[in-house]
Amino acid sequence: MNSNLLRRGFSNLMVGLMIGAVLVALLPLVFILLDLVLKGAGSLSLEFFTRTPAPAGESGGGVAHAIVGTLLIVGTASLIGLPLGIAAGIYCAEYPASRLTAITRFVADVLNGTPSIVVGVFAWAWIVATQRHFSALAGSAALAMLTIPMVLRTTEEMIKLVPNSLREAALALGYPRWRASLGIVVRTTLPGIVTGSLLAVARVAGETAPLLFTALGSQYLSFDLNQPMAALPLTVFTYATGPYEEWHRYAWAAALVLILVVFVLSLGARLATRRRFELNG
Amino acid sequence: MTALPERAVTPTAAGSGTPLLERGSGGDRIFQTVLTLGAVTIPVLLGFLVLELWTGARLAIGKFGLGFVTSSTWDPVAEQFGALPLIFGTLLSSLVALVIAVPLSLGVAIYLTEFAPKVIREPVAFLIGLLAAIPSVVYGLWGIFVLIPILRTSVFPLLRDTLGFLPLFQGPIYGPSMLAAGIILAIMVMPYIMSVSREVLLAVPDTQREAALALGATRWETVVTTVVPYARSGIIGAVILGLGRALGETMAVTMLIGNRHEIAASLFAPGYTMSAAIANEFSEAVGDMHLSALAYVAFLLFVVTVLVNAGARLLIWRVSRGSAAGGKAL
Repeated sequence: MNSNLLRRGFSNLMVGLMIGAVLVALLPLVFILLDLVLKGAGSLSLEFFTRTPAPAGESGGGVAHAIVGTLLIVGTASLIGLPLGIAAGIYCAEYPASRLTAITRFVADVLNGTPSIVVGVFAWAWIVATQRHFSALAGSAALAMLTIPMVLRTTEEMIKLVPNSLREAALALGYPRWRASLGIVVRTTLPGIVTGSLLAVARVAGETAPLLFTALGSQYLSFDLNQPMAALPLTVFTYATGPYEEWHRYAWAAALVLILVVFVLSLGARLATRRRFELNG
Repeated sequence: MTALPERAVTPTAAGSGTPLLERGSGGDRIFQTVLTLGAVTIPVLLGFLVLELWTGARLAIGKFGLGFVTSSTWDPVAEQFGALPLIFGTLLSSLVALVIAVPLSLGVAIYLTEFAPKVIREPVAFLIGLLAAIPSVVYGLWGIFVLIPILRTSVFPLLRDTLGFLPLFQGPIYGPSMLAAGIILAIMVMPYIMSVSREVLLAVPDTQREAALALGATRWETVVTTVVPYARSGIIGAVILGLGRALGETMAVTMLIGNRHEIAASLFAPGYTMSAAIANEFSEAVGDMHLSALAYVAFLLFVVTVLVNAGARLLIWRVSRGSAAGGKAL
């Protein structure tokens, strides 16, 4: 009798501890988001979005150069990485028995676990070292390399969810294989593929390490992909580790903008799939 | 999914005699070629990556060989390099991260699959998943200006006063330190360990739980005696996956660890990691040997993370395959 009470008490104690773990785990999220808003929102102004930085030590200016840079670098990376990842993902789902599928899938897993800084070193050795100057393009190449495995796996998983009967029906109606694949199977999973792509872009947009010695960063507004270029994560890093009080305020504001970009992309990713489910219902 | 025949049977239009799908076969060939090109690119890229890292590191590999791993000199002027403090820092900071993150994430995962009211399960998992969406550099920023001041003024002194008899918690308190880096890493890997172990726990068949409950076990005893053992290798896989993340994490660590080429027993002391050294020194490296030594570090980091991730995938795969088989048996 008594030991039963003890056992039940212990069970409840452990549940209490686990609830504590949930609270502790949620604490950093609340803290980080709160601090970003409290310390960053105050510095957001029209000037912050439209001007380039004032010379070091002077006040004023903004991060327009970094916002443009992030858009260009991440945009170029998506143009390279998404089509490649999606095509490879469709291949893996369409030809599951092929040996190339097994190899590609395995390599994608390896790349997924590769630290982004290592990919940065690769982009440096491949592009920067041969061109002998830093360039935004090298940064885009590094980011593209990070997008590919993520998009590949989500595309493949999504396509695998499509019932085979759909494809068989299309083939039975006389569709050639490519039309059955693209027009029926891929089209059915399009929202899923969009979601996967947006999530990958969101993750890559916040990457700093692969840009450190490829895009390098810059204080000026630039549209030339062949030259060093600023990016929001790089700006956060430089300003956060810099000596000036004003830089620190700008680092918080830039981080707030960065996280808004990332969250909006992630939210868009969720909406893309949700709307699909509503259509289905 | 079952494999389809590579080429669909081509029906012919009645009477005409020409294959109805003649126009499609060219499209099929183009379709397959484009996809194959996409799929081939990925292994080629990886091969390229390994090759570039190797050629970049060749100079340093030739000069220092495997002694690179056991030497602790890091002198760019004299061109003498050894990565022991970096390897030590990478391993120790990741270990600290796991010690903090594993109990927390398992607690959350178990609570969410076994105990939590249905309505809060998905929202809590979503919120913790958000932690994974926060960029590393934002963690670093938050660490510098919020976490480190808190640690320096209250947490570290408390640890020194209570656990100061351990060499781990002795010595002067600076702020940027191995422990600060470990804590931020713990926050960063927690969502990964949590979500993977949650998936593994969800794959445990309900009959396991029902059997234990029917024998009179409390809900906690059910978890410990039947659910967790069933999912054990998957959970270990989740932890190793988290380790893989922690080993390669760069920006937040670079901003919090203090960046000093030293091996110290105390967790309050600054240190360095492989990824942080590459991040800090690569764009300012003087001389080919310095660059090559950093590429060597990148090569080692790559090899270690590949091994760790492969191990994790193997374990997770074994569990998910096991549960699939169990599902069929029902």
